[in-house]
Amino acid sequence: MTAATTRAHRREADPAAQPWAGPKRPYDLVKEFVVALVVVSILTVILAALFSSPDDKQLTLAQWAKAAPNDFVATAATELDGTSGSATYGAPYTHDKSAAQKIGPLAPQNWPGVTIPIDSAQDFVVRPLQGAAVSAALQSALKQWTGAGADQQQNWASAYDTALVAVPDTDPAKIAAGDYGPVPVMMTQLLALAQSGGLDGALLAQGRFYQTDYTKPLLFLADGTYLEDLARAQQLGGDQWGMMNETGNYPGQAWLWLYTFWYQVKPFSTSGNADALVWSVMALLSLVFVLVPFIPGIRSIPKLIPIHRLIWRNYYRDVEGRSA
Amino acid sequence: MTAVPASAGETSVPAEESGGWTGWVRRRALRSFPPDQLLPDKQPIYVASWIYVFGVATIAAFIVTLASGGVLALRGPAWWHGSSVGHFVNSLHLWSVELFMAFMVIHLWGKFFMAAWRGKRALTWITGAVSFLASIGTAFTGYLTQQNLASQWVSTQAKDGLNSVGIGAYFNVLDFGQMLMWHIVLLPLGVGILVVAHVLLVRRHGVVPPFPPKETQDRAATVDDGSVQA
Repeated sequence: MTAATTRAHRREADPAAQPWAGPKRPYDLVKEFVVALVVVSILTVILAALFSSPDDKQLTLAQWAKAAPNDFVATAATELDGTSGSATYGAPYTHDKSAAQKIGPLAPQNWPGVTIPIDSAQDFVVRPLQGAAVSAALQSALKQWTGAGADQQQNWASAYDTALVAVPDTDPAKIAAGDYGPVPVMMTQLLALAQSGGLDGALLAQGRFYQTDYTKPLLFLADGTYLEDLARAQQLGGDQWGMMNETGNYPGQAWLWLYTFWYQVKPFSTSGNADALVWSVMALLSLVFVLVPFIPGIRSIPKLIPIHRLIWRNYYRDVEGRSA
Repeated sequence: MTAVPASAGETSVPAEESGGWTGWVRRRALRSFPPDQLLPDKQPIYVASWIYVFGVATIAAFIVTLASGGVLALRGPAWWHGSSVGHFVNSLHLWSVELFMAFMVIHLWGKFFMAAWRGKRALTWITGAVSFLASIGTAFTGYLTQQNLASQWVSTQAKDGLNSVGIGAYFNVLDFGQMLMWHIVLLPLGVGILVVAHVLLVRRHGVVPPFPPKETQDRAATVDDGSVQA
């Protein structure tokens, strides 16, 4: 038997593949579509008028620097000494391959390499200060910083960061005396620049007039704790089902419930590779979802759970009633 | 075989082969989608349930979503933050998306329990399932491009998932310009193409019929049992 004959035979054997030979009923598709469009439009207008939509104001670096100056300086200090989240992230921002999340022995995070290079000290601290170095004190501090070797820079930055973490509320004003080189002046000036709104523009400009890429300001913002505090207050934390929540009392992305669910349970909730593992699970489940027609067992569920008898209850009542 | 009348000096061309590429496309389209099949005014008797409404309701909500998004696009992505009219249009966009996703999920569950992939309809299921996944991506990029606190938080959290599997190296959720293009051009275009393909497949193969009634199943089981015993 040829493959074509086998296919034809299967088609004949599958009653669902045959053109419907039974009775038909009038069905106005165009009218149904127009009525659906009108009803859905009206429903949308009613929902929009009743519930509006959330729009919590964006957080600027200036607002952050004014509302939580200690958190801002502490974050900037970690950017300068290379211990911030961005500085230690790995691909696609930095070259630290050991920082990548893993799926078993695989680290797909490393495969594309560093496509969005970030030098946290230069990008978030030194370069913005160089662009705003109008005061003699800052010019002198930057001259001292750029004139020093990499080891000296690291020693100053690490000593300052360590000392800052040791004081209550990471208050730079209470930091113990030490050999921090130009770092205290740089931190003070960066805070002033941020509070004036200058850092928002400096991180975005990146040498071009037109700009739509917010990678750097968002990474800097996310390295601090202030943004997270605001988000957690809105129930948006990862352990608060935050990926499917929305600011305010809105349904949000309810369709992400399964993706969000995995982050709430072990081993994902306690794993350092949670993102990679959850993405793998969701990729697998998505593939199963798309290929349901070909997966034995799963494709038989509709036959075993007779919800179809509810959907087609009129048809079954008529056909089985006639037979009886 | 009919032939196109030829003038003097021309070779007679069979009608089935005339018209070049255009003719081939026309013949193929008419063969695959005869007008009565593309826009029928009758359906099998079993097409009588509220569950069928959710397919067309999904398309209707998709159109309202596209229209409200189009109005937002007229004045640009920042308009709705400073205008009460813009905010209302944004609310229309949000709620049409919520309805779109809700209708689509109900439609999907309905089709699952109908085993609507039976009878050579697997591709119809696949295009529907991929449309659902693409719609999730479209909605997600919408959240990224709201230009508010939610966008900042969603993007800085989502980057970790995408980066962890290497996608973030190319699909940078922190790049507003890139995400806006995906949200208003690429993904809606993709969803639109998938939805059109899905609907054409439904029209081509027809609405999946019910599972055989009980006595047919019982008879089939008896025959099966008999054949095993024999």
